[in-house]
Amino acid sequence: MIRLVNICKTYKSQMVLDRLNLEIDHKKITVIIGKSGEGKSVLLKHIIGLSKPDSGNIYIDGVDITKINDKKLNEVRKKFGMLFQDSALFDSMTVGENVAFPLKEHTRLSKKDIDNIVEDKLSYVSLESVAYKMPSELSGGMRKRVGLARALALDPEIILFDEPTSGLDPVTCDSIDNLIVETWQRTKSTFVVISHDIESTFKIAHKVGMLYNGKIIEIGTPVEIKSSNNPIVKRFIRRRDI
Amino acid sequence: MIRFFELIGKIFIGIIEELGGLFLLLISSAVWMLRPPFRFNVIMRQMEFVGVNSIIIVLVTALFTGMVFALQTYHGFKTFGAESLVGPSLALAVTRELGPVFTALMVTGRAGSAMAAEIGTMKVTEQIDALHVMSVNPIQYLVMPRILAGIVMLPVLTAMSDFIAIVGGYFVGVELLDINSGIFLDKINEMVGVDDVFNGLVKSTCFGLILTLVGCYKGINTKDGAKGVGKATTQAVVFASVAIFISDYILTTVMF
Repeated sequence: MIRLVNICKTYKSQMVLDRLNLEIDHKKITVIIGKSGEGKSVLLKHIIGLSKPDSGNIYIDGVDITKINDKKLNEVRKKFGMLFQDSALFDSMTVGENVAFPLKEHTRLSKKDIDNIVEDKLSYVSLESVAYKMPSELSGGMRKRVGLARALALDPEIILFDEPTSGLDPVTCDSIDNLIVETWQRTKSTFVVISHDIESTFKIAHKVGMLYNGKIIEIGTPVEIKSSNNPIVKRFIRRRDI
Repeated sequence: MIRFFELIGKIFIGIIEELGGLFLLLISSAVWMLRPPFRFNVIMRQMEFVGVNSIIIVLVTALFTGMVFALQTYHGFKTFGAESLVGPSLALAVTRELGPVFTALMVTGRAGSAMAAEIGTMKVTEQIDALHVMSVNPIQYLVMPRILAGIVMLPVLTAMSDFIAIVGGYFVGVELLDINSGIFLDKINEMVGVDDVFNGLVKSTCFGLILTLVGCYKGINTKDGAKGVGKATTQAVVFASVAIFISDYILTTVMF
């Protein structure tokens, strides 16, 4: 269970998160939507402890990560996997080494076992043939898939997705959406997705929350969000300026 | 007038901030050096990068430095008939100053800049955030192995550089300018002590620390995308080079 209580965050005198409250459902796909620059990625970075709030509390399975030291935070982070906006693959390593990295760091598995898991994760994202390629040799969509394979390497309980379809063509977007849904069906983990892609959001989400002016102004199932009376939500999902 | 003082104050605060940041990074790296996990393969890779891959460029620089030094001092000493001092003056200059400083400057240009660029690129492309997410401390994984490699490999490179510079000087002095080989070597033996070589190697250890620390610090504090990476790389080379010269003066004052 992820719970954010009264989170405030200010960057250069601009209030990005303003007494934000949010509860993420366990083992569901929650998509946070909002305009570019609204602070969606900032919110995600708070959930995984990459940014600290000015005030407020963030509970991960009951542990307030704003009050623990780095060592304990690292233990909490082992529950997470994350797919970054630009994949954030280590460009000095091959694709296979990228996927193997968390396994080498946090398990005592033999090289053979690690190789088997890497092969399994890469074949799951249909990229078993690129294990020896460098990330720079891959397309944007392939990089996202490898990023997902790396995020899945340790079978985390929670997976965060930062704009998983940004910068991709519509066909690749669709395939990434399908992959997210298939991955959820297979892992039944808690997924938190940040997106401004309405079509993609309604395709994958069990629950949708809208971030506006530093607050979650509406949260509900896709059906509830589609029928919302909130004028800001209405305009956003109809792709009109808010 | 107030603006002038504001500017001076801003520069002063900037320098203090940078020095504070470098010091904190140094302390943090030292602490992480003692904590498991110990990634020997990562440290060995950095030693290869800083040390082994710098050998050719360092030795070529040393060879020609020694040759030029012998040529210049020969013509100077010849005017008052003291050609026999070419060998010891070369050996003293190389072991005390030229070897450590030139080696550090070459490694700064090759490896220090690359560290700033590589870590800076990792910063702006969220690869450092990815390390955090995977519960891997970036100071321990990226900075500490580089600093350790600098501290260990710079004295090794400097020792090789000292030797090759003297060989270059010997070749020019003895083979080309007809200085007596026995006098050349005897005078070196007579006037250059073990402490000259040792102090030079201590200096190079300090330079190794400075160039890697500055390179990593600039990399890890990179902002503003590709432009920021370029700026960090340039600053790493300039700041490390200046810091090497300043610390060289301080160390020379203390040691010799």
